[in-house]
Amino acid sequence: MTLQELKEKLSLNILTEGGQLDRQVTGGYVSDLLSDVMANAKEGDVWITLQTHLNIVAVASLKGISGIIIVNGRRPDDETLRKASEEGIPILGTDETAFEISGRIYKILNDA
Amino acid sequence: MGIKETIEGSFHIIGGDFSRAGEASTEIKTLLQSLGISKEIVRRAAIATFEAEMNIIIYTPAGILRYEITPERIRIIAEDMGPGIEDIELAMQEGYSTAPEWVRELGWGSGMGLPNMKKNSDEFRIDSVVGEGTTVEMIIYLDKSENKN
Amino acid sequence: MRLEKIIQSLDAVVITKFMADSEEIDWACATDLMSEVLYYSRDSSVLITGLTKQQAIRTADIADIRVVVFTRGKEPDTSTVELANDKKVTLLITPYSMFTACGRLYEAGLRCCPE
Repeated sequence: MTLQELKEKLSLNILTEGGQLDRQVTGGYVSDLLSDVMANAKEGDVWITLQTHLNIVAVASLKGISGIIIVNGRRPDDETLRKASEEGIPILGTDETAFEISGRIYKILNDA
Repeated sequence: MGIKETIEGSFHIIGGDFSRAGEASTEIKTLLQSLGISKEIVRRAAIATFEAEMNIIIYTPAGILRYEITPERIRIIAEDMGPGIEDIELAMQEGYSTAPEWVRELGWGSGMGLPNMKKNSDEFRIDSVVGEGTTVEMIIYLDKSENKN
Repeated sequence: MRLEKIIQSLDAVVITKFMADSEEIDWACATDLMSEVLYYSRDSSVLITGLTKQQAIRTADIADIRVVVFTRGKEPDTSTVELANDKKVTLLITPYSMFTACGRLYEAGLRCCPE
């Protein structure tokens, strides 16, 4: 499953510029604690979170996260989005909650 | 047990003391429940108070949380001796936060505290002087149909 | 969704329990940020969180949430369990990550909020 396919199935908004939506999503990780993501997320996971500050980009980059999905209609500030575009980490947005979007992604990945 | 006259009290809150964080708000919640106030109003007052208490703990060395309950309304005042807020309009935005990383790792500092206080109050006022401190006043009416102004 | 179905779906260990198996949980809230719980949750929700600390119990109590699930099998410390007992919060531990826990409960029919 690519990020692009996930984006289409879930009507996610792409917030960063510069593509990279051909990345493979192999799993999901939901967390709002950066230390938790650093310790436990796996390469290829799509990271579902409410956190929007700059540090999410570094964490995602270090862990080889395929993309970040920001929930509840939050929007990261321009600096975070610029950094993410530079690092090639796609950030997508949804108005849904973490529970709802995770539930749907879990099902999509399991059925794939 | 109903409310016949004004009931008031206060708690001293010590900044940085996460182990006791929420105790004052829990006591106020228990008091409101014992007065027979409706569940939804108790919940709103508890949430607003808890956020105010957490702000004192997270951002300031110390503060006072006061409550005043009359037959018509609950009034909560949180007064701290913190650094003050430079741009209140910005601080009121959902998701805006100046919290350091260690606070976020404790599950706080996501920039929803002040919006949450406003959301759960019928009246919300905030005054802040940089270098001196911040005072938040919240009023929640017990019977909105009669007291809404 | 009945409490027992939540326990089963999550293969959860019951740490404290103050509800009957048949009691209904209507909504789910999954986050590690406590203000988000206070902002978005409703009463009769289950809180799924990786913040396996006292603060999660305290927040649940303030927001009238009676069931808390700690993810990734993390054992809470004694003070957290004591607070859950004191506040009569039902505390479960699931071996699953928050992602998998959400997925399993969603699949079982639980939703986050009213349509």
